[in-house]
Amino acid sequence: MRSKEQLVTAYGDRDGDGMMQLSFVLPVSPSPRAREAAKRFAEVHGLREPLVTTMEQAAEGYSYFVVYGRTRHSIDLSTIEVPEIGTKQLSRDEIESAIKERFGRKLVVVGACTGSDAHTVGIDAILNYKGYGGDKGLESYKGFEVHNLGAQVENEELAAMARKRGADAILVSQVITQRNCHKENAAAFVELVKEQGFRDRVLLLLGGPRIDHKLALELGFDAGFGPATKPSEVAGFVVEELAKRSRASSL
Amino acid sequence: MANVPVDPSIVASCRELAADIATDVQRFIDAHTTVGVERAVARAYGVEGADDQGTPLVNTLVDRYRQDGLLSKGISFFLGSAIARGAGSIAEAAESLAYGRELDRGGDVSPEQARAALEPHTRAAIARIDEARSLRMANRERLGTAPSPLKYVIVATGNIYDDATQAKAAAFAGADIVAVIRATAQSLLDYVPEGPTTEGYGGTFATQENFRIIRRALDEAGDEQGRYLQQTNYSSGLCMAEIAWMGAVERLDMLLNDAMYGILFRDINMRRTFVDQYFSRRLVARSGMIINTGEDNYLTTADAVEKAHTVLASQFINEAFALRAGLREEQMGLGHAYEIDPWIENSFLFEIAQAQLIRQIFDRHPTKWMPPTKHKTGDIFQSHVHDAMFNLVGIATNQSIELLGMFSEAIHNPLLMDRYLSLKSARYVFNAARDLGDEIQWKPGGIVEKRAKQVLDEAHGLLERVRDDSIWDAIGQGAFGDIKRTRDGGKGHAGVVPRDREYLNPILDVLEGGR
Repeated sequence: MRSKEQLVTAYGDRDGDGMMQLSFVLPVSPSPRAREAAKRFAEVHGLREPLVTTMEQAAEGYSYFVVYGRTRHSIDLSTIEVPEIGTKQLSRDEIESAIKERFGRKLVVVGACTGSDAHTVGIDAILNYKGYGGDKGLESYKGFEVHNLGAQVENEELAAMARKRGADAILVSQVITQRNCHKENAAAFVELVKEQGFRDRVLLLLGGPRIDHKLALELGFDAGFGPATKPSEVAGFVVEELAKRSRASSL
Repeated sequence: MANVPVDPSIVASCRELAADIATDVQRFIDAHTTVGVERAVARAYGVEGADDQGTPLVNTLVDRYRQDGLLSKGISFFLGSAIARGAGSIAEAAESLAYGRELDRGGDVSPEQARAALEPHTRAAIARIDEARSLRMANRERLGTAPSPLKYVIVATGNIYDDATQAKAAAFAGADIVAVIRATAQSLLDYVPEGPTTEGYGGTFATQENFRIIRRALDEAGDEQGRYLQQTNYSSGLCMAEIAWMGAVERLDMLLNDAMYGILFRDINMRRTFVDQYFSRRLVARSGMIINTGEDNYLTTADAVEKAHTVLASQFINEAFALRAGLREEQMGLGHAYEIDPWIENSFLFEIAQAQLIRQIFDRHPTKWMPPTKHKTGDIFQSHVHDAMFNLVGIATNQSIELLGMFSEAIHNPLLMDRYLSLKSARYVFNAARDLGDEIQWKPGGIVEKRAKQVLDEAHGLLERVRDDSIWDAIGQGAFGDIKRTRDGGKGHAGVVPRDREYLNPILDVLEGGR
């Protein structure tokens, strides 16, 4: 069944006005021609009546522009489907008691920043006691045994540690994104886990500023977590998903 | 003046404690060498080049002697001995030592004979540092530098030729200092790659040729802009000593160089780092470069309110290590950062209190003020405001060097426009509030004064504990950055070698003041 069309466009101060601002650099020095080029550049991007509000020389032979205009485009919301992590947000107490009741043991979580990535801010925020934004990390839960391997961990090392510790879940953090190295490296880890034959015994989670749930699924992970994810969201997902799987396997 | 009250007796006590902490480690340093130190020495003697696999000759040479347990005598001994027995040049000596069928054990040459044979080469090595220093100073004198805070920006394209273009663009937009960010994994490479590089994740490899390419670009930009432009790179990781040598002779102005950063944030072995930092700083001291320490990083892993005192305590320790390596205070760019959660009430007052405290305690030091990163999100507009507040603290407390914040922090490496707008904001705030620090006084007993006092007291308490436990164990307990490391753990431990009684290192002897 087709749902009803639901068009949206950018909003400035009146419904449907399509107001947007853009800023960009063109590799030309400021001039009346450069200003006209910026205006046309905005037009080919679908902006009507573009207004070039700033043109400044940012470097020799480069100009920086700010442009306002009204977009011609709109999007039909009814055609959009985005996979969402289906679990509901659990409180700390709910998480602790769910682990106790459903598993009767600590859940083992192993995490790392893999490959050449040295940026541990994300994995630390999720795993370390301190947590993020007032939400304490997985280390602070009685129900989790956490191994944060830190920065620049090779995929092989992470897989070996996960097997040694009997990990229930593995968290991979990828911050550096130059030339899509985060995707290649993350996908290679999934392949490695498959080759080593323990893919079906472990939850694989991917996190990072350029990661979303959809991308993580595409790369073969069970879930993806983007910026501003709180540790309790990850904890809740791990508990719910593992519980779901243990129910499924005991049926 | 925006001064905060600082109890000089507590500061003096902090310095005494830091001296004890560093002296304990210095005993270990003076009894050891590392593969990194010996490679730097070989480079200083002129050992250059790499084989067709890209392995530098200094690595092949030094590794051969380490594997055979002979490195404790110092690579200088074997080079000098080969010269004494007729090798025509350092290059010839190094190649025969590295590739000769039989390992050359030095024959019957004594260390004193080896030293004598090296004498002209030792002098030439030191002269290279001194000549680079003179030329750098002359250029600075001729072109002049901007008032503080000096505006420091980074470029990080991965391709050194693009970096050179970006560096010139940054100079045009008003930067005073340009850093080329290193490829993320380089700190853990136990060799320095050769030649110009055009591929790198997260940054560009530090190589001697890349240093030359950026120096040339900044020299050109300096002449065009009529203002001296400073170059900086990273003397950190497993090759900190070799990179210090390269920086010294390629006329870099600054090097990121910290006594403990590699231990904490790159999991490099403690012993290795302490020995390496000492030799690298001896080179820096001679060259007149400024080091940039990395205390700002503590606040990216630990809480910036609770752990502010760890920055100050570590600065005292970095200062004590630097003094033992012959650095003058004017060469110590101690790092600190604006990393408190911006949504905490009065966070700006805490930031200004901490920055002012550090400015007053380290009054001769070119302090390095680092921008917010941890609480940056993808909201570039909010981020730009956040950076403006950071700039205001930088100018009001007269920091010497300010690494400018970028509104695209947490999104991507800075684009040309990001850097342009960041420099524009700094230019505006620095100019608009130029004399703010001279015009204001803090309310006696108010939030700022109390915060400054608290941070100094807590730093003193931490230094007492570190002195009592020793730095080795304190790091084991997570005293800095909430990160725990052990004495034997981490990368590069195998490259630490006890010095033999007859250990020879004539270059170190000159750097230490002619032993």
